[in-house]
Amino acid sequence: MSYLVHNHKSVPTGTRKVLYLNWPLILLVTAVASIGFVMLYSVAGGSVDPWAASQAKKFAIGFVLMLIVAFIPIYFWRNVAGLAYTISLFLLIGVQFFGTVGMGAQRWIDFGFIRLQPSELMKIALVMALASYYDWLEPEKTSRPIWVLLPLILIGVPTFLVLKQPDLGTALLLSIGGTAVMFLAGVSWIYFAVATVSAGGMVAAVMFSRGTTWQILKNYQYRRIDVFLDPSSDPLGAGYHITQSKIALGSGGWAGRGFMQGTQSRLNFLPEKQTDFIFTSLAEQLGFIGGISLLVLYTLIIVFCVVSALNNKDRFGALLTLGIATTFFLFFAVNMSMVMGIAPVVGVPLPLVSYGGTAMLVLMIAFGLVQSAHIHRPSLGH
Amino acid sequence: MSLNRRYDPKTAKKLTRRGLILFGAQAGFVGLLGMRLRYLQVDQADQFRLLAEENRINIRLLAPMRGLITDRNGVDLAENIPNYRIIIVREQAGDAAEILARLATIIPLEQKDIDATLKLMKRRAAFVPVTVAERLSWPEMAAVAANAPALPGISAEVGSTRFYPRGKDFAHIVGYVGPVSEYDLSHTEDQDPLLQIPKFQIGKTGVEKKIDRRLRGFSGSKRIEVNAVGRVMRELDRNDSKTGAGLELTVDSHLQNYLQARLGDYSASAALIDVNTGEIMAIGSTPSFDPNKFVTGISSVDYKMLTSNKFRPLANKSVQGTYPPGSTFKMMVALAALEAGVIDLEETIYCPGYYDLGNQRFNDWKRSGHGNVNLRSSLRDSCDVFYYIVSQRVGIEKIAAMARRFGLGSRLDLPLNGIAAGLIPTKEWKRSNVGEPWRIGDTLNSAIGQGFVLTSPMQLATMAARLATGRAVVPKLIRSVDGVKTAFVQPLDLGLSDMALNAVRGGMFAVSNERGATAYSTRIAEKTMRMAGKTGTSQVWSISKKQRARGVARNADLPWERRDHALFVAFAPFDRPRFAMAVVVEHGGGGSRFAAPIARDVMLEALYGGQPPATAYPRSQRTRIKNERKLLDLRPEVNKGDQA
Repeated sequence: MSYLVHNHKSVPTGTRKVLYLNWPLILLVTAVASIGFVMLYSVAGGSVDPWAASQAKKFAIGFVLMLIVAFIPIYFWRNVAGLAYTISLFLLIGVQFFGTVGMGAQRWIDFGFIRLQPSELMKIALVMALASYYDWLEPEKTSRPIWVLLPLILIGVPTFLVLKQPDLGTALLLSIGGTAVMFLAGVSWIYFAVATVSAGGMVAAVMFSRGTTWQILKNYQYRRIDVFLDPSSDPLGAGYHITQSKIALGSGGWAGRGFMQGTQSRLNFLPEKQTDFIFTSLAEQLGFIGGISLLVLYTLIIVFCVVSALNNKDRFGALLTLGIATTFFLFFAVNMSMVMGIAPVVGVPLPLVSYGGTAMLVLMIAFGLVQSAHIHRPSLGH
Repeated sequence: MSLNRRYDPKTAKKLTRRGLILFGAQAGFVGLLGMRLRYLQVDQADQFRLLAEENRINIRLLAPMRGLITDRNGVDLAENIPNYRIIIVREQAGDAAEILARLATIIPLEQKDIDATLKLMKRRAAFVPVTVAERLSWPEMAAVAANAPALPGISAEVGSTRFYPRGKDFAHIVGYVGPVSEYDLSHTEDQDPLLQIPKFQIGKTGVEKKIDRRLRGFSGSKRIEVNAVGRVMRELDRNDSKTGAGLELTVDSHLQNYLQARLGDYSASAALIDVNTGEIMAIGSTPSFDPNKFVTGISSVDYKMLTSNKFRPLANKSVQGTYPPGSTFKMMVALAALEAGVIDLEETIYCPGYYDLGNQRFNDWKRSGHGNVNLRSSLRDSCDVFYYIVSQRVGIEKIAAMARRFGLGSRLDLPLNGIAAGLIPTKEWKRSNVGEPWRIGDTLNSAIGQGFVLTSPMQLATMAARLATGRAVVPKLIRSVDGVKTAFVQPLDLGLSDMALNAVRGGMFAVSNERGATAYSTRIAEKTMRMAGKTGTSQVWSISKKQRARGVARNADLPWERRDHALFVAFAPFDRPRFAMAVVVEHGGGGSRFAAPIARDVMLEALYGGQPPATAYPRSQRTRIKNERKLLDLRPEVNKGDQA
């Protein structure tokens, strides 16, 4: 309460909040989502069914959710961060017992009216929890081992659970996203140096565990790594996705083959063209120009988040905004690396563009949080 | 206040610094992504675009139409008929089992076929058409088309398949086609991509096989766009196939039909050729079979019936069968003797009915003997003793050389399967193949076409043609390919003296035209058409003394496999020869009784180009011949106008 009293002059209330929204960010998000609709329309062979219309509906719901989240004061979100994390964690554990198996992995809980993917929720909840933790923690304690251990546990537990599902992509996002928040909060460089070395050790352990009784990843994940390292080893089997994806991208050329003219996506050579591989479809049809434009839009979203965060005196708001921006970055960076053949196929959607309900809603809520932090920020000028 | 604690400029500065570092790292990575995108989309665009084209374009072969085969008058012997198929596409059918059950009420469809179709459909993608039934009749197709609304997913397709309208008449000559097999592929150097088409029809026997490459035609192709699962999206362009060459045989389909009918139920074969051109007018082998059964896939029961039949219906006996020529070989001995000058036309030899060589007795077929015999009467009465004696004077080598000049003992070059070379024995041959020295007795046996001598009916017909013309007539079966007449080369002169040839021809004329001669009863009465011939009865099994003692005196009392072969060779008209022929009735008995009548009837049919007038026959036989003709299994006459 004291926070608000102190800053009442600079914090908008009621409907005035609308004016204080980060409008450029909203426009950027809407623009990217619109590109998504167009691409979904295209990969369905020039039809709003089955994806584009449904995706637009989800975006509309997401947009409203974003505004609601944005208008709720940021301190509320800080206060519920721990609760959100706890609930997400329980749902994540629940997935192990009540989850629906889809595509060889347990990812969903079916509540009847909604199919929830707790790992998606955890992506925001973890960032919220960490931001709130470092907001609460006295800065000088940040680098003390005991206070470093706690966030590591916060990151480690959900990462482990997600890895068990198994969902390599989300595990990657959670661990790197969480670590990024720790880095932002000012944890000493030494820890990161150590982490890098031990990560190398982990990779070695993962690779060496292959074929032994304590094998860490599932066989198909190892195969994906193999194929990533040498896609030509299995052009019609596991390497099919990467090879076809690269063909689609490459055949797009400078200006693309024209809207709805991509043979790779039109003739179904692309796998999961409406979800994880939608970028290849875009790049095939709209070429390098189209691909780089999307990349610029994404980068602008990050830029506006960073600018907003750096102008925010509220440590929770700033950390949350930067954490979400990093998670968002990880989304598209991992997805694009994957389809361009510079990272293994791990199953991360292209944010705001790929078809998918939970991811869309979660991202919109995340942008709602960024907006809330933006609207309710005590600005540096005062 | 809480803000004071939280807002610490030093901490905020650190956050800003770290935030900028992190953003810098992200921006750097974005740059990396941009470069990667540039590398793939700009630097390597050409290569990937090529790969995308390869992905999307499939090349499909277009099968050509097989060339038609006709007889010398343009009558179709092998044609392509529409093959009506019913196909079903699962994704359009909905409940396929229900649709097929409905279909079964319209066209004959067995439950096991339905089950097989359903099983196949499950294995294939939903859009792949599956054949339900083939070779439907037009009324059946019409019924399916009329019921189309009740049969979603069912559609009719028309392909092409081979059909032999003349059925078993040409089974041995034209042969048949069948689907290309693994065996075929492993035994051919042929790289034609058409052979890779499943169930592609290639020639399996006869002309269909021997001239397959020309008949087959050349494949075309079409480029089609397919999607990732192989569904055809559209056709991009096509390059049409080239129909196979049409083939015109020298055979006359009417004469062929008559020949087959006349051979009837015997296990027999015959060939009739034009003595001037060598063109084969008819070439029969009975019993025959329906080649169309092989095209559709013969049932194992039917096939077993064909292979277990002791009359060997599948064999083309006219070129594959080899038989001791018997007395038909005597012309060769006579010519060899005349050319060698060891005998003249006047010399007579006394025939007591046997000839003793050392302590071995060689019998004449006529126990009582022929008395004094000269060359002409030796042929007319087919005296064996005359040739026992003359052959010793000539020697086997000269006889064999003469036989070879007449085309015996070597493989004829015809587009037919399994052509046999036959055998004309020599001393050298016996030493290296039997491992025994030649004996005089072997010469005596050879002189009457027994012993080791083996000839095929086609070779005997060729021999008759060469006797008639004195030229090395070569039989041929293909008249034109793709409208281009096959080259005709005037046959070379055999270099025999007219004296010798005329003497032998005269003997053959006597066989058919002198009262009391072996084939007098089967003469041609019409003066301008008179026939010269020679009978032959070749022993397969000698009747032993024991059997004779038991009373087995007659050939007809022996089991079929041991009876004599009946042979007849002939040419006509005697004055201006046009046709030569040979007939062999396996285990038929006497040549004059069983082979000569067939030869005469077929010869007349050929000379008159159809049914001969009754006057062509001896008066006493006219009624019988007329009645017998009615019993023949002849194809109904077709008006010339209908054929055009």
